[in-house]
Amino acid sequence: MNESDTHTTGSPYAPHTDDGRTVMLEAIGVDSVDELFDIPEDVRFTDEFGIDARSERETRRLVRSVLDRNTDLTELLGRGHYGYYIPSLVDHLADRSEFLTSYTQYQPEVSQGFLQALFEYQSLLVELTGLEIANCSMYDAATALGEAATLAERVRSTSGHRVLVPDLLRDGRRSTLENYVAGTDLTVESYPTDDGTVDVGALESTVDDDVVMVYAENPTVRGTIEEQLESIGDIADGADALFVLGSDPVALSLLQRPADVGVDVVIGDASVLGLPTSYGMGLGLFACREEYLRQVPGRLVGVSEDETDRRVFTLTLQTREQHIRRERATSNICTNQAWVALRTAMHAASLGPNGMVDLAKRGVTRAEELAARLDGLDGVQAPVHDRHHIREFVAHVDQPAPAIAEDLEKRGFAVHVVGEHEIQVCVAGVPDDDLDDFVATITEVVR
Amino acid sequence: MSDDQTPTDPTTDASQVRYDQARYVNDGQYEPLLSEKDQTSVDIGDDGDSPLPDDLTRDSIKLPELSEPELARHYTRLSQMIYGIDSGPYPLGSCTMKYNPKFTEDVAALPSAAIHPDRSEESIQGTLELLYRLQDYLGRIGGMDAVTLQPPAGAAGEFVGIRVAAAYHEHNGEGHRNEVIIPESAHGTNFATAALGGYDVVSLPSDEDGRVDLGALEAALSENTAALMLTNPNTLGLFERDIEEIADMVHDVGGLLYYDGANLNALLGRARPGDMGFDVMHYNVHKTFATPHGGGGPGAGPVGVVAELESFLPAPRVREVGGGANGAETYELFDPEHTIGNVHGFQGNWLVLVKAFAYIARLGDEGLADASAKAVLNANYLASQIEYEIPYGPFHHEFVASAGDQDAADVAKRMLDYGVHPPTTKWPEIVPEALMTEPTEVESKDTLDRLAAAFNAVAKESNKVLEDAPERTTARRIDQTSAARNPRLSWHELAEEDT
Ligand SMILES: Cc1ncc(COP(=O)(O)O)c(C=O)c1O
Repeated sequence: MNESDTHTTGSPYAPHTDDGRTVMLEAIGVDSVDELFDIPEDVRFTDEFGIDARSERETRRLVRSVLDRNTDLTELLGRGHYGYYIPSLVDHLADRSEFLTSYTQYQPEVSQGFLQALFEYQSLLVELTGLEIANCSMYDAATALGEAATLAERVRSTSGHRVLVPDLLRDGRRSTLENYVAGTDLTVESYPTDDGTVDVGALESTVDDDVVMVYAENPTVRGTIEEQLESIGDIADGADALFVLGSDPVALSLLQRPADVGVDVVIGDASVLGLPTSYGMGLGLFACREEYLRQVPGRLVGVSEDETDRRVFTLTLQTREQHIRRERATSNICTNQAWVALRTAMHAASLGPNGMVDLAKRGVTRAEELAARLDGLDGVQAPVHDRHHIREFVAHVDQPAPAIAEDLEKRGFAVHVVGEHEIQVCVAGVPDDDLDDFVATITEVVR
Repeated sequence: MSDDQTPTDPTTDASQVRYDQARYVNDGQYEPLLSEKDQTSVDIGDDGDSPLPDDLTRDSIKLPELSEPELARHYTRLSQMIYGIDSGPYPLGSCTMKYNPKFTEDVAALPSAAIHPDRSEESIQGTLELLYRLQDYLGRIGGMDAVTLQPPAGAAGEFVGIRVAAAYHEHNGEGHRNEVIIPESAHGTNFATAALGGYDVVSLPSDEDGRVDLGALEAALSENTAALMLTNPNTLGLFERDIEEIADMVHDVGGLLYYDGANLNALLGRARPGDMGFDVMHYNVHKTFATPHGGGGPGAGPVGVVAELESFLPAPRVREVGGGANGAETYELFDPEHTIGNVHGFQGNWLVLVKAFAYIARLGDEGLADASAKAVLNANYLASQIEYEIPYGPFHHEFVASAGDQDAADVAKRMLDYGVHPPTTKWPEIVPEALMTEPTEVESKDTLDRLAAAFNAVAKESNKVLEDAPERTTARRIDQTSAARNPRLSWHELAEEDT
C-alpha cells in the first residue's frame, strides 16, 4: 500500500482559509496559533504519531482491504447476537443526518423528532414487556443486567446480598455483571439448569432471604423456551427478591408477557431488531415496574406541554442522572445507544405487530424443522434438549464438535461449539436456501 | 435592561440567518405518534397456527401496523424536527460536536464488517487487524502502552479505569484504598463512576485560577487514595500547568492518575496524557474522532494504560502473532493475565470503532494536529467576538462565558431562535450562569461570526424576551415540571389519560 500518495495536509474538515486565519489571529491578538497553547515545555509532544494521512478514497480502500480479510461465511450463529434482515427503510431513514449527527436532547424544543422516536421506542418495550417503564437505552444486554443488579441493591427491602444467575449464562454477561456489583456487597452465584431450562427445584432450595435478585432468560442462551417462569417468579417473590428476565423484542412478540409471570425487570439486547450482526454491538433493553421509577438507570423521555399547550416530548426525571446527582446517581451512563434505539423502533414499526409475531413464530418453526432434518443424519441428535426452541438449538454430534465446526467453516458455514460433542445452530436471518445448503454440507461433514 | 424592550426579530435582522424549524402541527400536538396513526391488535393462538402451546405464549400484542410510505413520512418528519451538526453550528462545551465525515458511514456499512462475535479468530482476521491497528493508533495518540477498545462510551471507559485501579491496588495488597479524588468542576460521570466502583468520592475545590488547588490536593491525598481523575485541559478549557507536580503527588502516595479524555481534541499532536504522567485514560471517540453522536449514542470509550497496568485490562484483547501463510500478519484474541473481565457482553461498539479508525487513518498526524490547532483557534476567536464575560483563561478548545445577570438556560433557549445551537449551560458551576462553549475546528470564520452575533444579540435582550424564547423552534418553551410531576413515559399512559 502506498501510504504517501497525495492528499491534503491538515484536517479536511476544517474550512479555514489562510486569510481567514490571519484575521482571526489578529482579532485574538496573537501572531500564531502556537501562542494559544498554554502547555509547559516539559510535557509538550514534539514527536510524531507516525500515522499517514490519506485521501477519502484511499481510506475507504484501506478499510475495505483490511476487512476483506474476514472470511465470507454463512453464519448460523446466535447466542445473544443475531443477524436478522434489516429493511432498507431503516438504513435510509436512520442515516438522515439530523438523527445521526445530533446530540442528546438537552434542548428539547429543537429536538422533538428524536425525542418522539425514543418515546415510541419506550412504548414499544412497554407493550412487549407489559411493564410500565422502559428507559431509552443501556449499552447492551450485559450492562443492562449489571444495572438491574445495582437497582436490586438500591431497592432491596432486606439486607440480602446474593444475586442468582443460571449456570448457562454467557461468560461475557456474567463477567460484566460481576464488575457492576464489585463496588457493592452483592455476590453473583450460579443456580443449576436442567435440560436447558431452569431447574426450579434446585433454584427453590438455594433461594433464601439473603437473595436480592433472581435472573433467568427466555429464551435461554441455548435457544430453549423457559416453561416455568411463573414458578421462578414465585420463588423470587417469596424471598422478596427482584425477578429479572433476559429477553429480546422478537422473542417477546410471541413468548409469555413478562408482566404476566411476575417479572420485575426485563433486560436484554433490543438491537436484535435494528442492527445487523455487528461483532456484538448491541442495545441494552431495560424495562421495569413503575414502583422503581425513581431508581431507574439511564434516560427517560416523557410527555409534557409547551407554551402553546401542545403535547411535546422531553427528557425527564433527570435528577436520577449523573449530570445532576453525581455520585448519588442511579447509574454513571451518559452517552448511550440512542441511535440504535431509533433503528430498533424503525425496524419494529416496519414489521408491524403481524410481522413481529410472524418473525418469532418462524423462529420456532424453522428451528424445529432444521433440528428435525439434522436429527435424521447419522451421528447427529437434535435438539439435545427436550424443550421448545426459538431461533436456535443445540445438537449432539458423535464426532468432536470442534472438528465438525472447523470442517463446516472450510465449507463456508459458521456454527457455535458449545461442548465437546455439541454444536449450536441458529436460523435467525438465514434464508431457506442457505439452510438447505447447510444441511447438504453437514451431511457430508458428519459422514 | 428594561422589560419593555422590543425583541430583535431574528427573521428580519439582516445580520442573522432567518431560521424557522420545521413543524407539523396537528390538533394540540405536533407530528402524531405512530400509535395515533394505527393500533392493530394481533391475537396469538386463536387461529390455531401458533407453533407453541398456549401457556408458553402471550395472548396478544397491540402495535401500529403501517405501510412503508407512511413510515417513511413519519420518520422524515421527525428528522426535520431535529437540529443536527449538518443544520448549523453546535458549540456544546465538552461534547465536541464535530462534523461527522460521511464516508465513515460507508465503511461501517461494508458487508465485511457485519460479523458475528462468536466467529473463529481465523475467519475474522480483518476485524482483528482493524481493532489491533486502532489500539496501536490510540496508544500513539495518547502516549499509552496498551489499549482496550471494549468500553462502549466515555463513562464505561472511566469504569474500566476505576476497576483497573481497584484490581491493581488489590494485586499489590493495597485493597484498603477506598477514595477517588475528583475536582468539583469535573463531569458528572466521574463522580458516578467512582461511586459505582464502590469508592468514596473526595471532591477537590479549584484554586482561584480555575485549576487544581495544589494545597487542597495535598490535603486530600492519603494512603487511602486509589486515584485522582482529571481532565486536561479541564472543563474551563485551561491546561493544568502543574500536571507533572500533580502526577508526582498522586504517585507519591501510591495512587493512580486517571485522564478523562473528553477534552483531548485540544491537544492532538501537542501533548499526550502518557507524557504528563497519567497512568490510565479513556478516549471519547465520538468526540475527538468524529464518530456521530446519534442523538445520544452510540459512542466508544477505549481505555489506554501504562505498561504496569496492562495485565489488568478487560478481556479479550487483540495481539499480533507474526506472519501467516501468505505473509500477512495474523492476529489473535487473548485474556490479559490479571484481567478485570468484561465491561460489555462482547467487544463494545464495533461499528463505531470502524468509523473512528477510518477518521484517524484519513487525517493522519498532520490532520489530527491541525484539527486541534483549529479547534483552539476557533474557540479563541469566537471568545474574542462575544460580549459575555469569560472569567478564566487562557483557554484552549473551549471557554466558559458567564451570562451574568441573565439566566444561562434562558440564553440558550433564545439562541435557538437565531438558528444556532446554544452552548452547554450551567456547568461547570464555578462560573456563574455558565455558557460552556466549544465550537470545534469544523466552523468557518463566517459561521463563528454568525454564532458570535447570536450570542451578542441575546446578550442585549431583556429577561422577558429570553423567558419567552424560543419562538422559532418546532416546540415552544417546554414545561419541565409538568413532565416530571406527572410522568407519562409511554403512549399507553396517554391513552389512559384520555379515558
Ligand atoms: C468531561 C467529560 N467526561 C466524561 C464524559 C462522559 O462520556 P460519555 O458520554 O461518552 O460516557 C463527558 C461526556 O459528555 C464529558 O464531557
